[in-house]
Amino acid sequence: MPDLLLELRSEEIPARMQRKAAGDLKKLVTDGLVEAGLTYEAAREYWTPRRLALDIRGVTARSKDVREEIKGPPVTAPEQAVQGFMRKAGLADISQAETRSDPKKGEFYVAVVERPGRAADEIVADLMPGVIRGFPWPKSMRWGGASARPGSLRWVRPLQSIVCTFGPETEEPVVVDFEVDGIRSGNVTRGHRFHAPEPFEVRRFDDYVAKLETAKVVLDPERRKEIIRDDAKNLAFASGLELVEDEALLEEVSGLVEWPVVLLGEFDAGFLDIPGEIIRLTIRANQKCFVTRPVDHPLSGPSGHLLPQGEKGRGGAVGSPSPLVGEGGSARSAETGEGYRLSNRFVVTANIEASDGGAEIARGNGKVVRARLSDAVHFWKTDQADLPDLDRLTPSAEKFGLDLRKPLDQRMARLDHLGVTFHAKLGTQGERVERIARLAEEIAKTLLTSPLRGGRAEGAGGGKDTVTPPPLTPPFKGEGELADLARRAAILAKADLQTEVVGEFPELQGFMGRTYAALQGEHASVATAIEEHYRPQGPSDSVPTDPVAIAVALADKLDTLVGFWAIDEKPTGSKDPYALRRAALGVIRIVVENGVRLELGATLVPSFNNLLTQLYYQGKLAAFSELEKLKDAGVPEDFVEDLEVRFGGSVKAVEADDGVGVSEFYPGWTPERFADLLFFFHDRLKVYLRDKGARHDLIDAVLASGSYPSSGPSGHLLPQGEKGGRGGADSAPSPLVGEGGSARSAETGEGFEAPAVSGTNDDLLLIVRRVEALSALLDTEDGANLLAGTKRAANLLAAEEKKGTKIAASVDAALFREDVERTLDAAIDRAESDAAGAIAAQDYEAAMRALSTLRAPIDTFFEAVLVNDEDAAVRANRLALLARIRAATGQVADFSKIAG
Amino acid sequence: MTLPVPATTSAATHFAVSGMTLDRPAHLDPTRSFQGLILTLHDYWARHGCVILQPYDMEVGAGTFHPATTLRALGPRPWNAAYVQPSRRPKDGRYGENPNRLQHYYQYQVILKPNPPDLQELYLGSLAAIGLDPLVHDVRFVEDDWESPTLGAWGLGWECWCDGMEVSQFTYFQQVCGIECAPVSGELTYGLERLAMYVQNVDNVYDLNFNGLDGEAKVTYGDVFLQAEKEYSRFNFEHADTAILHQHFIDAESECRALLTAGAPKEGDGMYRVVLPAYDQCIKASHAFNLLDARGVISVTERQGYILRVRDLAKACGEAFLLTEAGGAGYERAAA
Repeated sequence: MPDLLLELRSEEIPARMQRKAAGDLKKLVTDGLVEAGLTYEAAREYWTPRRLALDIRGVTARSKDVREEIKGPPVTAPEQAVQGFMRKAGLADISQAETRSDPKKGEFYVAVVERPGRAADEIVADLMPGVIRGFPWPKSMRWGGASARPGSLRWVRPLQSIVCTFGPETEEPVVVDFEVDGIRSGNVTRGHRFHAPEPFEVRRFDDYVAKLETAKVVLDPERRKEIIRDDAKNLAFASGLELVEDEALLEEVSGLVEWPVVLLGEFDAGFLDIPGEIIRLTIRANQKCFVTRPVDHPLSGPSGHLLPQGEKGRGGAVGSPSPLVGEGGSARSAETGEGYRLSNRFVVTANIEASDGGAEIARGNGKVVRARLSDAVHFWKTDQADLPDLDRLTPSAEKFGLDLRKPLDQRMARLDHLGVTFHAKLGTQGERVERIARLAEEIAKTLLTSPLRGGRAEGAGGGKDTVTPPPLTPPFKGEGELADLARRAAILAKADLQTEVVGEFPELQGFMGRTYAALQGEHASVATAIEEHYRPQGPSDSVPTDPVAIAVALADKLDTLVGFWAIDEKPTGSKDPYALRRAALGVIRIVVENGVRLELGATLVPSFNNLLTQLYYQGKLAAFSELEKLKDAGVPEDFVEDLEVRFGGSVKAVEADDGVGVSEFYPGWTPERFADLLFFFHDRLKVYLRDKGARHDLIDAVLASGSYPSSGPSGHLLPQGEKGGRGGADSAPSPLVGEGGSARSAETGEGFEAPAVSGTNDDLLLIVRRVEALSALLDTEDGANLLAGTKRAANLLAAEEKKGTKIAASVDAALFREDVERTLDAAIDRAESDAAGAIAAQDYEAAMRALSTLRAPIDTFFEAVLVNDEDAAVRANRLALLARIRAATGQVADFSKIAG
Repeated sequence: MTLPVPATTSAATHFAVSGMTLDRPAHLDPTRSFQGLILTLHDYWARHGCVILQPYDMEVGAGTFHPATTLRALGPRPWNAAYVQPSRRPKDGRYGENPNRLQHYYQYQVILKPNPPDLQELYLGSLAAIGLDPLVHDVRFVEDDWESPTLGAWGLGWECWCDGMEVSQFTYFQQVCGIECAPVSGELTYGLERLAMYVQNVDNVYDLNFNGLDGEAKVTYGDVFLQAEKEYSRFNFEHADTAILHQHFIDAESECRALLTAGAPKEGDGMYRVVLPAYDQCIKASHAFNLLDARGVISVTERQGYILRVRDLAKACGEAFLLTEAGGAGYERAAA
C-alpha cells in the first residue's frame, strides 16, 4: 500500500509552537483522508525549527466507488416535482432515471448515482491547500509581494517549500501536485541552513530522513532531545560535573536546532556566591543553557534531587504515607538550585559543527552569560542594600511595625508607600497585606487551641485518608508567639515583589522573600512561611506544614476568595482568571492534609469585615452617610455597630467623594453570598474527595446532614457552642480594626450563616472525618442493614408526606400497640443521644457505632409492624417514629442520598 | 523596483559577499573599528539596492521612528532603505557606569518593502560581510514578536543570536500606525554597539575602538560619548524640567493635530499636504513622554494614557500619509 510523505518547510518556527503544530498537521491531514473515504495504517509527525513533516503509511490507493439510489416522485407527478428531483440528483434529462414500481406508490422515478472512487493522490492534492490555508497557528503572518493582495496566504513565518510524494514502496512515488498562493508542491527540499543549503530531491520518507541526516538535519525531535541530553551528561561527566536536568528547557532547545552540538562554557566562579537558583534562571531564561553542579556535592541525593537541609527536617514530619499527601510537590525546591552550589560551567547547544571545534561559540556564550550574571549580582546586592529616600517610607513602616534598618522591611514599606494596586475594587497590595496579617494572626491562634491537634491524632489514624498532624517544629512558646510570627510572616510575605530579582524573574517570588528573610535573621518559620504561603500551587504541589506557613497560606487564600466573592468576580465556566478554584483547593488541602480545624464561617466573617472596614476607611463606603443604610444594604447589624463604636459621629460627616456606595461596589451583597462561598468550598471539596476515591453519594449525604428536625430529647444538633474562647482572643490593635471589633464579629459569626448551611458543614476537616466514618460504617453488615432500614423509613415517610398523610409531631408512647415500637423508641433515644454526644466530641466513629445499634430494632420493627395501620392515630404515631429514625441518622448524614 | 540579487538564493551565494575586496584600509576593518562596521554595512546594503539615508535629525527612541520606516512602510510603493539612527532611551542612562547600557546609542536600520523572499539569506550575508562566519559562529533565529504600542505597530520575526548574543532584530511588519501593511516590509535592526563589542572582543562599550587606529591616534567610544552619557543621565534623571516637558508634550500633540487639519484634502485630488511635519510633532511628543517617564513623574495608570495619546497621533499621521504621493495615492492607477 502506498505511503504519503509531506514536508512544509518554512523560516524558523517558534520552538514553543512546533510540537502542537505537527500534531495539528497530522490530525487535519488524516481526518481529511478518512473523510474522503481513504484509510491508512499509521501516521507519525516530525518537526524541526524549519519544517513540519508527516509520514503516513499504508494509505489506500483509491477511495471506494459509491453507488447511491435517490428515490424520486411518481411518474405521474407534476412537472415541477420532476424538475426538482432532476436538480437534486444532478440529471440532465429524466430519461437518465430508472422507473420502479411499488404496490403503494405505483410507478416512480429512481436516479442511480454512481460516484467512482478517486485516486488517493488526487484527494491529497485537493485536501492540502485547505489544510495549509486554514492551519490553526496561534499567531500567523503575511509576507512578501503576495501580501499586497487581500486574502494572501498566512503562515507562522514565511512558508518556503512543500514536499508531497505518494506511492507504494515498490514503485517510484509520484509528486502530489498542488499549489498554495504561488508555492507549488514538489519533491525538493534543503538541508541545514549553513552546512547544506543546496536543494536536493527526495522520494519517500526513508530516503528523506537519510538525506536530511546527511544534510545535517535530525528530523526526529525526540532523537534531538536524546542527543542533547546524552551529550550534555557525558560532557559534564567528563569534567567531573553533573548536569542539572531541565525537561522544559530541553524541549525548547531541541526546537531551536536542527543539528545539535553540545559544548561546555564557563563563567567566573565568583558569581557562585549568589543563590544557585538565580544563576540557573538567569542562564536558562536568557541563554537557553543548562547549568551543572559538582558530582560529589554532599547534598545531592540518590535521585539527583537536592533537598536543602531545612526541607529534609520538615519532610520527615509529614513522612507518613498517605493518599492525601500530594507527592512531588516539593519539586521546585528540590529540582532547583536552592541550597546547593552549582559549578561555573554551563552547557550550550549549538546548531553547527563549528570549524574551530566550537571555541568561538563557547567564548561568545560565556561572554553573554557573564554580562547577564553581572546584572543578576547587581540585582542581588541592590536588594540587600538600603533603598533611597527611606524617610518617606516611615508612615508605612509604622503602620506595619517594620524595622527600616532591614532590607526586606524596606521593600514592604515601599510596596505600601507606592500604593501598588492589587485590584481596582479591592484596594492596594499594602491594604491586602494588612488584611492577611490580621487574618493570619487569628488563624494562628486557633491552630494551637484546635481540639483535633494532638489528642485527636490516634482517632484520625483510623481513617484511611488521614494524616497525623505534624508536630509543631520548631517549638513555639505558645499561641502568642505563633500569632506574632504569623503576623510578621504575613507582613513580609509580599515584600519580595519589590525586589529587583523578582522583578527580573517573577517565578522566584516567595523563594527570594524566604532567602532575604533568612539573610536578615528572621525566625526560620517566618522565612519558610514567606516562601510557602503561595502553596499549594496545584493538585501535585506540596502543602505547607509549618504552623506559621499554614496560617499565612490560609489567610492569603481566604482573603483572595472573600475579596473576589465580595465584588462578585466568581469563576464562571472555564473562566477563572484569579485562580479562585486553585485557592479553594489550596485551603482544603492545607486543612485536610494537616488535620487543621478551621470553621470557615467563623473565619470568613472577620475576613470580610476587615475588607469592609478598609473600604470604609478609604471613603469608598462613604456614600453611606447614615449607618442605617448600611444595615439596609445587608451589612450585619453588629458590624455596623462596630463602625459606630469606632468611628462614632464622624460617620455622618464623611461625604461621598465619588458617589459610589457599597451597593455599587458590592451589588447584591448579602449574607447569602457567604453561603455561596461555602457552597463553592463544598463543591471543591467534592471534587477533591472524588479524586481521592471517596464516593460522591457519601459526600452529598454528609453535606446534607442535619436537614431534618430532631423530635427527640437530645435535639441539640450543632456543636457550634464549642467555639469557646476562640472569638474572645485578644488581637493587637490595628489602625483599621480596633480592639474588640473582630472578636465580636467572630463570636457573632452565626449571624452570617446562611439558612441552607448547617453549622457542622463549615468545618472541612469534620466533613472529611464524617465521610470516612460513614464509609467505614457502611462497610459493616450492621451499617449496610441500617442503611436499608433507614432508607425504607425515609421512603415511606417521603411517600406519605407527599400524600399529605398526617404525621404526629412527636411520638406518643400511649399509642404504641406492639413491644417492638416501644423497643425502637427507646433504642432511638439512646442512639440519638449517644450519637449527639459523640458528634459534639467530634468522634464520628463513636457516633456511627451508636447509630448502628439501631439496626436490629429497626429490622424487627419492619418485620413485626404494619406502619399503615387502619387507625389513623396509630399510623401517625408510627410515622413519627420513622421520622425519629431519619432525624437520628440525619445527624451525620442524609441516608436517603446514599446509593444502594 | 527589485533588488539586484542573484537568482539562486542559497546562503552560500550571499556569503561570497564577504570575499569581495572592499579596497579599504586595515583600520576600517569592521572587526577593528566602530566606523568600519558602519561603513561595511552601508556598503553591503548599498550593493543590494538600498538607498543609504542619513539619520533623522530628531530625537527618537528607535530607528523604527524614522519616517523612512514608519511612514514608508505604509502603502503599496516599493521602498528599500538603510541608515544609522542615533536612538535615545532616557531611562537607560547609567551615568556612564554600566558597560552595556546607554541612554544614547546607534541602531543600524534596514527596511525592504516588500520583503524579498530571501531576506534571511541577505541578512546572513551582512553578518558574513562584517566577519561573522556562520560556520564558526552559531547564528540562530529565536522567536521574538515585535510590538510598538506608541506606533500602533506589530510584526512577527526573531531576535537574531550570534553565539548566544542578540545582535539584531528581524521583523516582518504586519501593522504600522494601526494600518495593515500591504505589502509587508522586512525590517532589520542591528544593535551597533553590541555587535561591535562582539566583533572587537571588548567587554565595555566605552573601550570600543571607534576609528580603528592605534596608539595616540586611537579614538574610543568613550572618548566620543562618555561625557555625553554622564551629562545626559543627569539631565534625564535630575534636571529635565518636567513642567516644560509636559507643556512640550501638549504643544506637540496639538500642533500635530493642527497640521493634519490644515493640510487636509481640500481640492479635487484628495491629497494631504502637511503630513511629514505633523509626524515630526508625533515624534516630539513621544520623546517628551520618554523624558517624563525617566524623571519618574508618570504613574502606572497615566503611562498607558500617554502611550495611547501618542498612538492616536501616529495613527492619524499614518492614515493621512496614505493620501500622499509617497503613501501610494494614485500608485495603483499609474501602475495599471
